[in-house]
Amino acid sequence: MTTLFLISIFVLSCLIGVLIAKDVTPALHSPLMSVSNAISGIVIIGALSSAAYANGFNKQEIISLLGVFFASLNIFGGFVISWRMLRLFRKRKEK
Amino acid sequence: MIAHNLLYVIYFISALLFIGAIQGLATPKTALRGNNFGISGMILAVLATLLVLPTRNDLGILLFFLLAALVGVFWANKVQITKLAQMIALLNGFGGLSSILVALAQLIGGKGYSFDLALGITAGGIAFSGSMVAYAKFQASNFLPHPFVKLRHFITVSSFAAIIFFWVFFAVQQQTNDLLMLSAASLVFGFGLIFGVGGADMPIVISLLNSCSGFAASAIGFSFSNIVLIITGAIVGSSGLVLSHKMTKAMNKSVAQVFFGGGKNKEKIAQTDQSAKVSSPADAAFLMQNATLVIIVPGYGMAVSGAQHALKTLAGILENKYHVRVKFAIHPVAGRMPGHMNVLLAEAKIDYDQVFLLDDINPDFETADVAYVVGANDITNPAAKTDTSSPLFGMPVLDVYKAKTVFFVKRSNSAGYSGAQNPLFFAENTMMLYGDAKKVTEEIIADL
Repeated sequence: MTTLFLISIFVLSCLIGVLIAKDVTPALHSPLMSVSNAISGIVIIGALSSAAYANGFNKQEIISLLGVFFASLNIFGGFVISWRMLRLFRKRKEK
Repeated sequence: MIAHNLLYVIYFISALLFIGAIQGLATPKTALRGNNFGISGMILAVLATLLVLPTRNDLGILLFFLLAALVGVFWANKVQITKLAQMIALLNGFGGLSSILVALAQLIGGKGYSFDLALGITAGGIAFSGSMVAYAKFQASNFLPHPFVKLRHFITVSSFAAIIFFWVFFAVQQQTNDLLMLSAASLVFGFGLIFGVGGADMPIVISLLNSCSGFAASAIGFSFSNIVLIITGAIVGSSGLVLSHKMTKAMNKSVAQVFFGGGKNKEKIAQTDQSAKVSSPADAAFLMQNATLVIIVPGYGMAVSGAQHALKTLAGILENKYHVRVKFAIHPVAGRMPGHMNVLLAEAKIDYDQVFLLDDINPDFETADVAYVVGANDITNPAAKTDTSSPLFGMPVLDVYKAKTVFFVKRSNSAGYSGAQNPLFFAENTMMLYGDAKKVTEEIIADL
């Protein structure tokens, strides 16, 4: 894939991000941050690929595995926190 | 080839799921579904990657992954709702750290220098160290010695210059082994940038840091030519920017003022010989039970003392026993992260239709008998409207001063974070209730 193509995808994605975040109700700004924070743990894909291509158990492997660890921590912690917050909002709605 | 195309399609679907996740957060009704979309997108992307990659070290990956899962789930479940801001800052920092590690691993693995890796390291470094400083600030308000604070602009500017230098240097030299220096410069820059920022500006900063870790992931995505990383990182990054923009508007500040204007106003604190009237919880209870409309204005002080449950009880007694209408007024930047107050009030199970935002509640203050301000200050300062010399001038505020009687729960009548003295403390119709927000509220409840 050419760099130009990837840059176009990047720019379009930024636009989508602006459009969808604009509509988020102020009451949900904290969960928005928390969910998007969890989602940014997607960098785990990079860490996994990097770990997979390491040549045996070397420096690259160790650093990649640490990357896997911290990205997973971000993902699991982020989604659990978001879930806890959002459950609070839903309970109130059902009453 | 088929596997590769399939992987591409799966990545694209998970990117769409992430878009759906953010979109779901537009309303409380769809928000939980949004979170589930996010989780599904993540599971899909991770599983697909693991199945396709020629992993030589499955055991190691699985071990680290499961360990992080255990720690993350356990920890996020245990943390108190009042400590959410800290937790989110910390997690965001880990995301940034992960980006740096991936970039470094790529370089060690023999991948040549590329601009995207340098960008990933820089954005990740700022997100990591900045978030750690934010975390430390949330944990303890005065965590750094004073001499350091004076040096912060020097540190920020010089580390920024270093980052630019390394960028140019690498681009010219195509050197790979010195990216550690760039990581260090980025970490120092993030540190210098955030540690001078004061508490009230934290909602802007937290969402900027969130945006930073998103762009870091996107930059890493470029070096892997991986669309799910690019798309997702870009969405997180740009939505974070939108949120910070909303916050700066709510404070009538520019981002530059947040980072570089913080300390200046502190010197302007005007010594005042005016004295505020001090009242008692019993008086507050008396006025509240005879009111028709009471508006409660929560601020960071409520978060610190965890007073939201006491406020819920107070509102309940006033409404059910004395038939007083109770409303909650929320300023967009009250607290330490965007929407902080909404989460805390939701935790106390305060009804959604009792909670109002700035523009919706402001006309109501005129008819309110009592405004009960719990641990908020700058967001109620009328000088923001009238006094052009005030550091707050131009910031939209809650028109608390229009209420018949204003009760301020504060630990002292010191100026707010902005350094601006609040003339409301000395107004004819203002009564101060000194003490911890939760304790004072509980004392009022006892007197009802």
